[in-house]
Amino acid sequence: MNITTILFYLIAACILGAGILAVTSTKIFRAAIWLLFSLVSVAALYFWMQVEFIAAIQIVVYVGGIVVLIIFSIFLTQQSGKEMPKPRATKTISSLAAALFGFLFTCNLIKHYSFESAIGKPFDSSIHTIGIQMLSTQEHGYILPFEVISMLLLAAMIGCIVIAMKKESTQ
Amino acid sequence: MSESPLIPILIVSTALFFIGMFGLFTRRNMITMLMAIELMLNSVNINFVAFNKYLFPDKLNGLFFTLFIIAIAAAEAAVAIAIIINLYRSHTSIDVEDASEMKF
Repeated sequence: MNITTILFYLIAACILGAGILAVTSTKIFRAAIWLLFSLVSVAALYFWMQVEFIAAIQIVVYVGGIVVLIIFSIFLTQQSGKEMPKPRATKTISSLAAALFGFLFTCNLIKHYSFESAIGKPFDSSIHTIGIQMLSTQEHGYILPFEVISMLLLAAMIGCIVIAMKKESTQ
Repeated sequence: MSESPLIPILIVSTALFFIGMFGLFTRRNMITMLMAIELMLNSVNINFVAFNKYLFPDKLNGLFFTLFIIAIAAAEAAVAIAIIINLYRSHTSIDVEDASEMKF
């Protein structure tokens, strides 16, 4: 039980605790803040795994983008201090049973699967390597998904404007 | 660390996925359902990064999948929030039970 393991369990407790509070809190604004803490803890887990670029992207996109967007939409659509109605008890119990069953089933599968560990090989996730491979047109390059995803982001941007635009002619 | 920490990471991501699923089942507010979906997407990202780092460290494919999933999640959240705001304008409520025109 060294310091790395203790740090991992601390991060895992933060992720799961904040996640549980994010889906059970009755005030919607508090749920959004707990989601923020959960996403920051996931970024901490990426730092723990020494994939710094993914951790930075996680903080920039999720914490700086998506959570801020969610908080804005909470402000636009409802009173943030108001309590949400609690779900029915039967629904809570059956969803809890379904989630618990799925969790235990998947854990059972993970425990009994023997992963072929590859400790010896070096893991090079520097930004230089990622950038070279992402824009490469060679065999393992990702230039085509990169271009497709840029088209998707453009389409999503135009789609958001069109969907959320007020229709003047119908009023 | 002597042994690979892959199994604990997988258990954490499984727990996060089913927390998100529980939230998706119990919540009736659209914004909170969107938050539950974000939690599920994050658990998938943790899985991709962990498999890449501990099973195939000589490749980078898991990292690229994670990057593309994050980009798609951002696009999905933006479109979903546009739809939610549009729904709020027409129904003055974002509860999924209130939008029942297309229910058979």
